[in-house]
Amino acid sequence: MSHIISILIENESGALSRVSGLFSARGYNIESLTVAATQDPTLSRMTLVTSGSDEIIEQITKQLNKLIDVVKLIDISEFTHIERELMMVKTRATNGGREEIKRLAEIFRGNILDVTPTTYIIEITGEKSKLDAFLHTVGEENIIEVVRSGTTGILRGERGLSV
Amino acid sequence: MELSGGEILVQCLIDEGVEYIFGYPGGAVLHIYDALFKQDKVKHILVRHEQGATHAADGYARSSGKPGVVLVTSGPGATNAVTGIATAHMDSIPMVILSGQVPMAVIGSDAFQEADIVGITRPCVKHNFLVKDVTKLAATIKQAFYLATTGRPGPVLVDVPKNLTDPRVKVPYEYPSSVSLRSYNPHVKGHRWQIKKAVDLLLAAKRPMFYTGGGIVLGEASAELTELTRLLGYPITNTLMGLGAYPGTDKQFVGMLGMHGTYEANMAMHECDVLFAAGARFDDRITGIIAEFCPYAKVIHIDVDPSSISKNVRVDIPIVGEVKLVLAEMLELIKASDKQPDAEALAEWWKQIDTWRGLDSLGFDRNADVIKPQYVVEQLWEMTHGDAYVTSDVGQHQMWAAQFYKFDKPRRWINSGGLGTMGFGLPAAIGTKLAFPDADVFCITGEASIQMCIQELATARQYRTGIKIVNLNNGYMGMVRQWQEFSYGSRYSQTYLETLPDFVKLAESYGHVGIRIDKRSDVRAALEEAYRQKDRTVFLDFHTDPTENVYPMIEAGKAHHDMRLAPGVNIDTELA
Repeated sequence: MSHIISILIENESGALSRVSGLFSARGYNIESLTVAATQDPTLSRMTLVTSGSDEIIEQITKQLNKLIDVVKLIDISEFTHIERELMMVKTRATNGGREEIKRLAEIFRGNILDVTPTTYIIEITGEKSKLDAFLHTVGEENIIEVVRSGTTGILRGERGLSV
Repeated sequence: MELSGGEILVQCLIDEGVEYIFGYPGGAVLHIYDALFKQDKVKHILVRHEQGATHAADGYARSSGKPGVVLVTSGPGATNAVTGIATAHMDSIPMVILSGQVPMAVIGSDAFQEADIVGITRPCVKHNFLVKDVTKLAATIKQAFYLATTGRPGPVLVDVPKNLTDPRVKVPYEYPSSVSLRSYNPHVKGHRWQIKKAVDLLLAAKRPMFYTGGGIVLGEASAELTELTRLLGYPITNTLMGLGAYPGTDKQFVGMLGMHGTYEANMAMHECDVLFAAGARFDDRITGIIAEFCPYAKVIHIDVDPSSISKNVRVDIPIVGEVKLVLAEMLELIKASDKQPDAEALAEWWKQIDTWRGLDSLGFDRNADVIKPQYVVEQLWEMTHGDAYVTSDVGQHQMWAAQFYKFDKPRRWINSGGLGTMGFGLPAAIGTKLAFPDADVFCITGEASIQMCIQELATARQYRTGIKIVNLNNGYMGMVRQWQEFSYGSRYSQTYLETLPDFVKLAESYGHVGIRIDKRSDVRAALEEAYRQKDRTVFLDFHTDPTENVYPMIEAGKAHHDMRLAPGVNIDTELA
């Protein structure tokens, strides 16, 4: 099962490589990793999607906590949470397919960001499974390029991750 | 006070109370060396290779409990130090490494002697820093010492670009009196409820076993452990890293456990019903095959590092905390408890353990003409009354030292347990001797290991550190040869050292005393001769039985009760 681990980490150079280095050194999976500064510029928030047995996830969270730069972390997939990923897809948009792809984008609540006589760029936000479904529906033969941000997430309600 | 960056570094060391700094100069640290030259409070020990600097600082740290301090230049100076940093990291040894870096303006340009040492050492340090602002130098050094010495200790590297140490740029200096890091809170008391549960389980045990490691030594918890073990009357084994934390000559001590542990220690691990692990990390050399590890036991585990708990072996009662505090709390609870250990079950358990002991699994031929390596260590132990500091390298000699030198005190046994670094012993002995100039320091080594840092004989001469080298010379990389004998049909691939130097002449060429010993009857006299020469470094080259193996042995994939014993030792007949 995938776990979404949210990390508050000191916004220092090298902090990202400490995290990614830990994963490669200990042979853990990273499915996706996103990072950006928070409202407090001294802190970065990282969202890491990984998978493994309960024992491995326990080790991952312990090893992450052991990094000196890590201030706090939480496995948000253990609580009610919201997760989102942003995707931009460049599709072929010619002749008959042009209307069909526009319609699909609307169904998936996507925005068309760029139009040329032969292509669209469509922006879609949602859970990973929704993004996967859109790509499946559009069909591989119509896709020129896909860019995905990786999953980020936040806890519902009062509870949160802050110092 | 206004100081340059180079002066700040040196002043920080003075303010930190640093006695010795082990290092080797070079371009990127010239300003720092100039600042060192102008003072006499911190003594610089010039090694002959940066690996030697880290191992010497490590030996100093392991023996004294104070952090070891290293200074190396950029590029090759720093990369040469990596093996010693990784060695300290695996054994959680407090160390601060200052490395020079090329000036900030040329970082990333593949400048002369540039290496990304912060990147290179990231997986083998507790933490590291690249300092980019001279005004942050003092605070960073303070943090480095704080991180290195608190919680689970470890090496911390501070990389200092050359321009930051420019003598023309002076900034106000103040050494911080304390450190506070929002992301690091190392001082932990164990959870009271967990401790209580552990005490209840311990007191209810029928076949209890204490298994303790290097964490007891690092956590200065030897007195508490000894009191607790004696109060309960339970058997105790120590890991390779934990030897000396409980008196090795005590009757409750069943010897070291693990791959080359005693028969009684490993059997007691296998059969126990409650395993009390403290400051130990269930390393693969200890557990044997995990699936068959302590099959009947409930496990209690105390460790200051939460990531050590349930890493390799699932634990029933985990206690995260400083082992000294936790053990003290357990003692308090047990003394106040109206429950007592089950005397009848315990007597039965000891009877079983004593039967296993009767096998004498460390037995060897004491009457052989050829020198048995075990005999040399045993004689050394007798002669020094078990009171010397003993460093070692890695291999057969290390195991014999661990088996036959019975350490009664912590911090006397100094070896590379985790990384298993050949070349560690000689520089570590120098560091130990500097920490304790009046103590007897022996380096038990082999002809292969000693050559990996042999150049440090010059350092021993320069600083007149009168260490004694006990070279168990069997002409082979003995431990590898042993594995090749057992598992590779005696195909001794690349383990025979055909061109060994004359170690006596070699020692003499460095200004030391060298003695070659070929006969068993000369062993004791040679040791005593070395012992008498207090102020000299003496190199004792013992030519030992090349066919001798380390027994018992748990081979790869086997469990504790499945040991290979010395030829001729038959469990069925001897224990009948």
